[in-house]
Amino acid sequence: MKLIYEKSQAGRRASALPHHDDLPAAPEIPAELRRSRPPRLPEVAEFELVRHFTELSTRNFGVDTGFYPLGSCTMKYNPRINERLAALPGFARLHPLQDEDGAQGALELMWRLQEILAEVTGLDAVSLQPAAGSQGELAGLLLVRAYFAARGEAEQRRKVVIPDTAHGTNPASVTMAGYELTPVRTDARGNVDVDDLRGKVDEHTAALMLTNPSTVGLFDENIEEIERIFHAAGALMYYDGANLNAVCGISRPGDMGFDIVHINLHKTFSQPHGGGGPGGGPVAVRKMLEPFLPVPAVVRREDGGFGLDFDRPQTIGKVRGFTGPFGVFVRSYAYLRMWGPRLREMSETAVLNANYVLARLQEAYDLPFDRLCMHEFVLSARTLKREHGCTALDVAKRLMDYRFHPPTIYFPLIVPEALMIEPTETEAKETLDAFCDAMLAIAREAAEEPELLKEAPHHRPVKRLDEVRAAKQPVVRYAFDEARETVEAPKGA
Amino acid sequence: MAAAESYPEELKYHEEHDWARLDGDEAVLGITWFAADSLGELVHFEPPEVGSNVTKDQSYGEVESVKAVSDVIAPLSGEVLAVNDQVIDAPETVNEDPYGNGWLIRIRLAEPGETDALLDAEAYRQVLANQ
Amino acid sequence: MTQHPFLALTESDRDEMLGTIGVDSVEELFRDLPESIRLGRELDLEPALSEQEVFAHVAALAERNADASREVSFLGAGMYDHYVPAVVDAVLQRGELLTAYTPYQPEMSQGVLQAIFEYQTAVCELTGMDVSNASGYDGTSVAADACYVAKHATGRSKVVVTEATNPQVRQVVKTYASGFGLEVVEVPHRDGATDADELARAVSDAAAVIFQQPNFFGCLEPAPDLVSVAAEAGALPIAHVDLLSLGVLEAPGRYGAALALGEGQAAGNFASFGGPHYGVLAARSEFIRRMPGRIVGETVDTAGERGYVLTLQTREQHIRREKATSNITTNQTLLALGGLVYLTWLGPQGLRELGETCLSLSAYAKHRLAERAGLEPLFSTQTTFKEFAVRVGRNAREVVAAARERGVHPGYALGRDYEGMDDVLLVAVTERRTPAEIDRLADVLAEVGA
Repeated sequence: MKLIYEKSQAGRRASALPHHDDLPAAPEIPAELRRSRPPRLPEVAEFELVRHFTELSTRNFGVDTGFYPLGSCTMKYNPRINERLAALPGFARLHPLQDEDGAQGALELMWRLQEILAEVTGLDAVSLQPAAGSQGELAGLLLVRAYFAARGEAEQRRKVVIPDTAHGTNPASVTMAGYELTPVRTDARGNVDVDDLRGKVDEHTAALMLTNPSTVGLFDENIEEIERIFHAAGALMYYDGANLNAVCGISRPGDMGFDIVHINLHKTFSQPHGGGGPGGGPVAVRKMLEPFLPVPAVVRREDGGFGLDFDRPQTIGKVRGFTGPFGVFVRSYAYLRMWGPRLREMSETAVLNANYVLARLQEAYDLPFDRLCMHEFVLSARTLKREHGCTALDVAKRLMDYRFHPPTIYFPLIVPEALMIEPTETEAKETLDAFCDAMLAIAREAAEEPELLKEAPHHRPVKRLDEVRAAKQPVVRYAFDEARETVEAPKGA
Repeated sequence: MAAAESYPEELKYHEEHDWARLDGDEAVLGITWFAADSLGELVHFEPPEVGSNVTKDQSYGEVESVKAVSDVIAPLSGEVLAVNDQVIDAPETVNEDPYGNGWLIRIRLAEPGETDALLDAEAYRQVLANQ
Repeated sequence: MTQHPFLALTESDRDEMLGTIGVDSVEELFRDLPESIRLGRELDLEPALSEQEVFAHVAALAERNADASREVSFLGAGMYDHYVPAVVDAVLQRGELLTAYTPYQPEMSQGVLQAIFEYQTAVCELTGMDVSNASGYDGTSVAADACYVAKHATGRSKVVVTEATNPQVRQVVKTYASGFGLEVVEVPHRDGATDADELARAVSDAAAVIFQQPNFFGCLEPAPDLVSVAAEAGALPIAHVDLLSLGVLEAPGRYGAALALGEGQAAGNFASFGGPHYGVLAARSEFIRRMPGRIVGETVDTAGERGYVLTLQTREQHIRREKATSNITTNQTLLALGGLVYLTWLGPQGLRELGETCLSLSAYAKHRLAERAGLEPLFSTQTTFKEFAVRVGRNAREVVAAARERGVHPGYALGRDYEGMDDVLLVAVTERRTPAEIDRLADVLAEVGA
């Protein structure tokens, strides 16, 4: 398919802008600041634009297209009412610097969302500001630091403990927050290895970062002991909310002993994933951490009105502009209101669906941890690889031919040939069965006709793509017809 | 094409899957067939600067495939005399010829005594067998 | 209880599935959870609403906001009321794009991947850079990301930011910098713009210099001079730009910036009370391996056909973990796609016309404010783009409140961020404002005694 730049014809345009004939001449821009060469943006008529992007959409697969069991990403249905609400002019055209009295509805929505998230997480105070989970993590770690700084323990507590199953964002956030990483192993049942942990938690430990249920889809059976170890050492506990979809209304991170939680609104609370964002990563904390939350805080005033409080002398500052990705809040708020206390059914169904798929697939694939799972589980294709030369990647590509989006593969790193499957609560039994049938068929194909897997996919707009070539000779923008002129740049650094 | 598995007898090895070819008070360093095979086809080598010093058991560079990145651990300490431009331009050279054209750097040894702690080919094969 | 519309399992489905699993109840699936940590009660939330009820409730909240359809708004200060064409909504509401995730599996995601490649191309064209990522969170966090790039590229531990850079950008840079150990130094403005000599005195040992063009006051900085000063000191020159100015203003790559970044909202996103939007981040090719976030690259499939994949992923947290170039995962792809559709809609001619219209209308506004309300621009010697500061003679926040009672939001009270500017308004004029609305602004400001 052509790029939009390859469809461009000089002189065409999709836009017409208002004209004002009687205006005085615009000021001259000094020559050295004036654009010297126009950017080669596409030149297309409006209908060509619509056709181009419509064609692109047909070459893409979303939850609306079909089953999308991408582990750890919680690809659930995104209700259309949320889109209608976020587009209301009262939200979409509302300026974030509007005076408080002109933004009462928006502020109230955020305050109400904070209240709901506090109840769902079992914690006391919420900041909606972080733009996504990883920014929530960074904010959370800066909260940890501010908390210990206020207690005079900032220099002493330099270490953050992270299990080897963690998402890569956890260690990356630890580095960005200026902490040292202390990795801890996973035991044979898929829990944090408590013996390993005991030797690593001491007066130099600032915090634990834990995803529970973990990235292998298991609830840590030793969570009470872990909580005792950390709090006895005076350290804090951080909950990565990536897998919150498993436990809403059943067990809350606050009840498990966590002091800080980030919530992925685009996972658990249905903000559409948008091909890679936007997300939302609010943080919820215990009372003692509230003074350190990002500014401004969204507060309810004594007169019942809502406002922004910038007067938080101990705040970590701002991690993002304004009060956060508001449009995401509208969608998640509407979604949460449509569940109310029935949110528990959402999590129960997600867990039921995952266990059902696990039960049907465990004969054909290796199961590294033979337990009931939570909302997702990890299988391994190592036997397929050993016996038939078919890898997790081959299974994933072959699933495409059955019109399913593949699971997450090769994660977590502790499981070889990992296939991480998260069906979510959304799916009907018929869909789950069709997926299981496909996975079982693929396991048979691996034995009988492995080339079917290795050459898959056969029915997508492109065949398997050469990622080595893309990495070796990176082509990251269209070159147009001509050889690009070199940008004259000082070589100062 | 990737090379067949081999661990030449004339080389010295480090358990982090690196090799050294001793040459008087200099040595040529690289990564073993096992390391290259585990990573898959290399797409990038981030070399140290010529003139800088590398320290035994510490990372002096990185090698990358599409889906993995690995520190390259120095089996010996010394000053970097040369880096292999052929690998910088065509990192897959390491997969094709890990002990020949796929060498990574040449150093002048800082502590010649360090060579005593390195493994011979047989001992390194044993390390692999135990993994 | 009635079946919830977001669930599909029937009673008999559930029973059958439990049978296959080999348990008697859903409760049993949660047996790994110790009793002590269970909630043990219903969540204390208001009862579930139907779609119709949630619409009524949330729409009533929306009604209580004074958005730009209810007031004639001259409020900018980083977020702008530019027109968003219908084609943007049409594309972003395509379910195949809206409800997909990060294109980890390229064969399922050629639509999003090609769109990101086209977006990267547009950003490179506008900024004169060689490489763009797939987007960052917003115009503030990309500045922090750029500091992380500069710290590692130079090995230095100080960053210089001009005081005429958006205050929120500076605040976010400070928050992040405290984490990764960078000192942040600010250089004051002189009469609305940054003085290159003054910058030169602050820049020694700096990893980077961040300036905004046009700056927060709407004034044009002597960008080529600032870049030269930074580069001579071995600091990376980083330009924070408004994409919509780049039809009339020079591309930062052409005057030597190492990185260019900005807030994408003005180009194709609604203000939406502050987000979600997209952060633009582009760089010269030498920084490609230090770039944070997703990058899409072109390649071929096994049949030799062109296709697109996420590339150079070893930079990223899921592979490099604690040594990653950033912790970012989910970015702002959908909003960046909105940006691409918008820039395609504009085209090069539209972009230039839009810039010229902003220049003309804001010049007209300066003229009318002087003529009808006796208000003179604060920085009269500076060229401005679509925004300008004006002294209103009394507390600007009071002027805002009084003008809003007359249906006009006259702008941003700069005293919120800058000392000595309590009586200064920052007035933004986009192509969405008409000369008649500008006349109305002037009249209202005259009425309220500004």
